[in-house]
Amino acid sequence: MAENGTNGPSGTNGGYVGTRTIRPDGLDKVTGRARFGADYNLPGQLIGRVLRSPHPHARIVRIDTSKAEALPGVKAVITRDDFADQSSEFIPAGEMLMNYKDVVRNVMAREKALYEGHAVAAVAATSAAIARRALKLIDVTYEVLPHVIDVVEAMRPDAPLLHDDLFTAGVEPKPEKPSNIAKRIEIVLGDIEAGFKKADVIVEREFKTAAVHQGYIEPHAALASVSEDGSTELWCCTQGHFIVRAHCARLLGLDIAKIRVTASEIGGGFGGKTVVYLEPLAIALSRKAKRPVKMVMSREEVFKSSGPTSGATVKVKMGATKDGKFVAGFAELKYQAGAFQGSPVQPGVMCAYAPYDMENVKVIGYDVVSNRPKVAAYRAPGAPISEYAVESVVDEIAKKLGLDPIELRMMNAAREGTKAAYGPKFGPIGLEETLNSIKKTEHWNTPLRKWQGRGVASGFWFNIGGETCASLTINEDGTVSLMVGTPDIGGLRAALTNIAADELGIPYEKVRPIIGDTGSLGFTFLTGGSRSAFSGSMAIVEAAKQIKAELCARACKLWEAKPDQVEFSNGAVRPLGELAEKIKPMTIADFAKVAGKTGGPIGGYGRINAQGAGPSLGTHLVDLEVDPETGRVTILRYTVAQDAGKALHPAYVEGQFQGGAVQGIGWALNEEYIYGADGKLQNAGFLDYRMPVASDVPMIDAIVVEVANPKHPYGVRGVGETPIVPPLGAIANAMEAATGIRFTELPMSPPKVLKALKERSAGGMGAISRPPL
Amino acid sequence: MRYEAPKSLQGAVALLAGATGETRVLAGGTDLLVQMRADVVDPDLIVDIKKIPETRAITEDRGGWRIGAAVTGAELKEHPRLKQAWPGVVEAANLIGSTQVQGRATLGGNLCNGSPAADSVPALIAAGALATLAGPDGARDLPVEDVMLGPRKLALRRGEIVVSFWLPPRPPRSSDAYLRFIPRTEMDIAVVGAGVSLTLDNAGTISAARVSLGAVAPKVLLVPEAAHAIVGTRLDVAAQQRLEAAARAACRPIDDKRGTTEFRVDVAAVLTRRAALIALDRARTS
Repeated sequence: MAENGTNGPSGTNGGYVGTRTIRPDGLDKVTGRARFGADYNLPGQLIGRVLRSPHPHARIVRIDTSKAEALPGVKAVITRDDFADQSSEFIPAGEMLMNYKDVVRNVMAREKALYEGHAVAAVAATSAAIARRALKLIDVTYEVLPHVIDVVEAMRPDAPLLHDDLFTAGVEPKPEKPSNIAKRIEIVLGDIEAGFKKADVIVEREFKTAAVHQGYIEPHAALASVSEDGSTELWCCTQGHFIVRAHCARLLGLDIAKIRVTASEIGGGFGGKTVVYLEPLAIALSRKAKRPVKMVMSREEVFKSSGPTSGATVKVKMGATKDGKFVAGFAELKYQAGAFQGSPVQPGVMCAYAPYDMENVKVIGYDVVSNRPKVAAYRAPGAPISEYAVESVVDEIAKKLGLDPIELRMMNAAREGTKAAYGPKFGPIGLEETLNSIKKTEHWNTPLRKWQGRGVASGFWFNIGGETCASLTINEDGTVSLMVGTPDIGGLRAALTNIAADELGIPYEKVRPIIGDTGSLGFTFLTGGSRSAFSGSMAIVEAAKQIKAELCARACKLWEAKPDQVEFSNGAVRPLGELAEKIKPMTIADFAKVAGKTGGPIGGYGRINAQGAGPSLGTHLVDLEVDPETGRVTILRYTVAQDAGKALHPAYVEGQFQGGAVQGIGWALNEEYIYGADGKLQNAGFLDYRMPVASDVPMIDAIVVEVANPKHPYGVRGVGETPIVPPLGAIANAMEAATGIRFTELPMSPPKVLKALKERSAGGMGAISRPPL
Repeated sequence: MRYEAPKSLQGAVALLAGATGETRVLAGGTDLLVQMRADVVDPDLIVDIKKIPETRAITEDRGGWRIGAAVTGAELKEHPRLKQAWPGVVEAANLIGSTQVQGRATLGGNLCNGSPAADSVPALIAAGALATLAGPDGARDLPVEDVMLGPRKLALRRGEIVVSFWLPPRPPRSSDAYLRFIPRTEMDIAVVGAGVSLTLDNAGTISAARVSLGAVAPKVLLVPEAAHAIVGTRLDVAAQQRLEAAARAACRPIDDKRGTTEFRVDVAAVLTRRAALIALDRARTS
């Protein structure tokens, strides 16, 4: 913890940025008053439910809804026939690409059901019980097809084919036959063959990771109300209500202006709430039934039908000189996309070697479809997988060369001026600072016992900016209404209020932040890419600038002064020079009182396309203990150091560091999508999808490093995603330190760990790098 | 759906015996309500037994303890003397779910849910507990190990309910312990569970023992061979090895999402030994 303070400076204006102000949304959250997705209700609302495919792969021959429609209390039934087809066109969606031809098929299966849980029909009825009964009356004729779940099997030429119009992009010449390989991508820097020739040590390994879910506590929920003229209101739990509006308008053929979307409070998203599932169905049902329709997913539906992130197979080959300089790095990534193309393999490829200054890099990636739910973004999409593999190999190189793993990373760290393999030259970045901070911790310097191990790993994520609106309105009493269009997931309102209060020189408590609906602001991209605090604060600085200019202009009129005779500082317009002797400064509240007489309401409106997001790098340090008789792993101690550029609100920056580490611990140790031979998910619930609970993790120490981002007025970098990148490698490295075994498959769950320990003690073929301590 | 909460055993038995359609008994509801919400069961009649005094009391009875089937885990934990006599039974019941679940979850429900992974059942079986049943033909006692026949299958007759459990008198130098394996620390279900109860003679030699294993067979097992392996010993290394071998031999687990067959057998042996050592340590100091 950097500081103990919990509150901003009281009695003085300004100086809130960098302090731990109380979050404006906190009270309602701890008292239960805050409204999450499922808390919205309307008079006369119907309950909507979805019929989902029991088959992982089946042609839908016929859907007969007549019996369901005839059931008293059923007011609407929808199927594929209620959605017009969409043409194939790739459009950027934050850090991923999307195609409405696929989106329309994912929200409601058309020709085929492509995974167990794929929506096939939906009903709206006067009660949940009637809706449930109606689902059982829908008669779907399936022609069951062979399925494929595993990414490597899906790539085989004889694998069951999901889409007969999918031809691998990125290979020349264009393949003659369709396959499940949607895309091949490649980045090259320098010449890896020449690089490997210079290497004294080469390590080559193959890794496997499981599909994991974001695991947000709040299931997807939506309430839609469509009036007779097509005007549509939608309340839903989302990371981006403007994006929901755009998707729904497109899928339902509505004008964007006809749809108003309000984002509820959100119980976690982590990227998984950047896409639509229930929203277009609720609108389509409401349009048909002419009544409001509420839909809430069960946890089982969340697991089976919303996007996890990819499982993958990754090959890594790295070479270093005996002094430890990395001279070549190769990687081949095969990522599951789920049923439709669009895995995060592109960022996985770009991030793989991004933490390091290397002359020769080649990374190849494959985007592969299989009969699983379509993946959605998950915190630094794609990066944890590729960087886990590289960080494991970096650790092995350190062991081979007898070098300290922090020193080895320091020697090769990307820094200002380094050309990244994915293209750009870095500006100021903080990897070295995070390595240095970790090295100085008491944690790094504390001895361990037998069966305990310590691991370290670094991580990189780009961060993004993008289209953002924010408004500041001066109310009649001088208080300020702050509005942004990005849902607040991790303390955004507190961070932005800190900035607004400082910019306007007023007390924090005089600013009330809200998340505006889509009718209240211009298009604002979603909360994702670690962009909301970065971009939102830039838009607020712009809005505040307009207010300050307006107040100065009004003061000039009132005081008959020239522009250079006034200035805005510390919450007031102040006369300068000789004017200062005659006239008293006017505060924002003074202007508010006379707003009507001086030109009307006062406000500022920032509308920007935020540029200059700075990458954030971090280094994690973990201690764990292995029970050699059961394979069970306990995380003993964990420290995160990460570059925040500038922490607008340190408590929520630390919260991001800790949350990412905990999700990474789950990913590394126990979380996985488990499929049976029947292609059905076997653990669609929190009992058997084993995310860590609070008592599984120690207090995670957070060290906030601040290497200012020169492109942001306060030096801010996004911080939300990087923290999930290093844990997988750090924990795998700690496992090696504790057991002498290099684990190359995630999760490192107890059965796998125990088996590896037994194989070693039996002198078997387990990958042994050295005997235990 | 009809919900009834009779205030007497006779009332409950009459409702259950006369019921048509799908019927479920409700104690804490931590399994039943979840199954109903998940669409696994859709009962026509629910008979809540919590209003029946006999199901809610912890009393001393014939030198032992009687625990009502609807007594919650939290109530067991807070009982001043029960935990001294039967620490393994209480700790097993307290492993179910979370703090919030502990306020509802019961021994009767845990047994009658019919899961081979139920945490409190191996501890009750190791303890030599009897289940007292009430039914249309009157009351009867069944050893707990005979109540469950297989997954979701019970030996209860039509109209019968579990009213309470009776734990026998405790000789001096006796104690018990229960351990389960989960990858997490709580909010999880046993991959393997092991309960051991034992009594020492004056010289510190094990004079009596019972060993039970959960989640390694279609029902919770009583493993007499494992008890036999340690009776007459002071649980020296050789006895521990025999105990592990007997535990291993008794396991007939499935390979599933929670663990492989090989893993379950290995861990069953380890947990049985560890539970026995804890029980031994407790018996020495009791």
